[in-house]
Amino acid sequence: MTVATAVVNADGLRRDAAAERRFFLSLALPSLVIVGIGAILPVVWILQQSLMTGQGDFTLANYTSLLTSGLTWKSLLVTLELSGATLLCCLLLGVPLAFLLASTSPKTASGLMVLILLPLWTSILVRTYGWLVLLRRDGLINDILVGSGFVSEPVPLVYNFAGTLIGMVHYMLPIFVLPTYAAMRDIDGNVVRAAASMGAGLWRCFRTVILPLASGGIVSGSIIVFVYTLGFFITPAILGGGRISPIAIRIDRTLSTLQDWGGAAALGILLLVIVAVLGAMSLGATRLVGPRRARG
Amino acid sequence: MTSPSIALEQVRKVYSDYVALDDVDLDVRSGEFLTLLGPSGSGKTTLLMAIAGFVRPDAGVIRIGAADVTRLPVNKRDIGIVFQNYALFPHMSVLGNVEYPLHVRKRPRAEARERATAALARVQLDSYATRDIAALSGGQRQRVALARAVVFEPQVLLMDEPLSALDKNLREQMQFEIRKLQQELGITTIYVTHDQREALTMSDRIAVMNAGRIEQLDAPQAIYRSPRSRFVADFMGESNIIPAALVQPLGTPHPQGATLIIRAENLGLEREAASGGGVAIEGRVTAQAFRGENWQLRLDIGSERDLLLSIPSGRSVNWADAQPGQSLTAYAANRHIHILP
Repeated sequence: MTVATAVVNADGLRRDAAAERRFFLSLALPSLVIVGIGAILPVVWILQQSLMTGQGDFTLANYTSLLTSGLTWKSLLVTLELSGATLLCCLLLGVPLAFLLASTSPKTASGLMVLILLPLWTSILVRTYGWLVLLRRDGLINDILVGSGFVSEPVPLVYNFAGTLIGMVHYMLPIFVLPTYAAMRDIDGNVVRAAASMGAGLWRCFRTVILPLASGGIVSGSIIVFVYTLGFFITPAILGGGRISPIAIRIDRTLSTLQDWGGAAALGILLLVIVAVLGAMSLGATRLVGPRRARG
Repeated sequence: MTSPSIALEQVRKVYSDYVALDDVDLDVRSGEFLTLLGPSGSGKTTLLMAIAGFVRPDAGVIRIGAADVTRLPVNKRDIGIVFQNYALFPHMSVLGNVEYPLHVRKRPRAEARERATAALARVQLDSYATRDIAALSGGQRQRVALARAVVFEPQVLLMDEPLSALDKNLREQMQFEIRKLQQELGITTIYVTHDQREALTMSDRIAVMNAGRIEQLDAPQAIYRSPRSRFVADFMGESNIIPAALVQPLGTPHPQGATLIIRAENLGLEREAASGGGVAIEGRVTAQAFRGENWQLRLDIGSERDLLLSIPSGRSVNWADAQPGQSLTAYAANRHIHILP
């Protein structure tokens, strides 16, 4: 009798569970198809291109000429310098900004948030040309600097590394602040109060409590900024004025002026590998140093 | 080192739409365990946070010992605080949490370790020193918070509903442990709770708060037996507040218009309950319930609220099958009747 009651309706319930799993799997299907066709296939095609001569024969020449060319290494260095400098600026500007947002009242914070997100709603092209107007020799900033007698000659702010960096930081800052702010906002206010009650001043609270507890958000923000900027094109193209050539610009030039599909494809694969390696490394680092969060 | 007293003078805090602290005066004696008891919104937590330094009062003076700390920042007040949800550092071990205030005070590493270990031993957690906070139960976390709040020998200890997240049995056990630790250390302590039983169990004195004021400040027994206002009588639970006109005096009558307070457990259904003079109250049964250690009976006596009787369940239960609507008479002796001033 007891054995019989134990299996009553079990088959039907199991079928219900299976149907539920199928339903959720079918919800994910469209995005799986798009990722498959839209992301993986092109990469396979580029990989194929990079291993072919113009006549369609297999070759490794694209890679050997790439890796032996001084231009490639220079581009690579500039790319890493730009991403690194952008990340550093985002950390220096973004962490205090996120802290300010997290420590003001929710009302003020949402107002400031709109201001921070506003650039994200503007086209990157518009914003970049906006910076050009501000930064060039006869631009607003140089007008002010010279007009106030601060400098005698206009300062070169654009068509160089500094100009490119300004544009990139402006683009990436909100993207960095979002996860950092979210992590800081989730910190229990009483934990910070507890530290203060035990004698810790503001700086010590920040260093020993807030920073470690927000490290998850800061690390993910940093990964996004660094990886994202490795492939930046529009900003260095406009604000770099041809003098700054990160890998994305080299790819464009290899294609448009040299018509070298194989070389461009090899550069693309190189960039992809760098992004993948750096991404994997930073993910690994997050696991190692990530904060131990209390559950429940 | 004796723990200093705490004195509040005319402490006032007004938020945009209400008065959180209405000119509060309070003297906490050296080494005393004082509880701020009241419903939510009564101002008890605001008062505690003002003493801690997290809430800046609009006016008034707060003294710890002889020192005026009203304008002193939190981290300079030398106060141990235990928060409602423990507020432990989730990124540090148990020992790391307890050592933290000593590191802040720049104590040598060896000394910090030794004192933190001793503090953990006081709360029976010395074998948990290397654990993660996440691996602890609620009661253990509360103990760590307690050890962390006293390890640096603060002048006074403040606790904000520290047991509210624990289940009932653990809460009762922790009440005794906290009280024992407080007495061993002899530290002046202010404790906030909305649980009247917890307040009665732990305190030297209780300050009952209502609408930003202290309604009554007294020893637990005095608060329980002789509430000075209708609010206090009501808040201390299971009290009947009855106009004198509704009772029949057995002996000298009560003054016209007086309000009597009789606790539910002091009412009986036998005439002997009022031996030596007392009152009789007639009513009709509206409900009855078995509550383990006692029976509760409700009688409609023509007042706004039913008369509550609480009768030990060990007693004979010839009335227990009293039907709703049945007439009964409840009795209480004069020594159990408190007249509201």
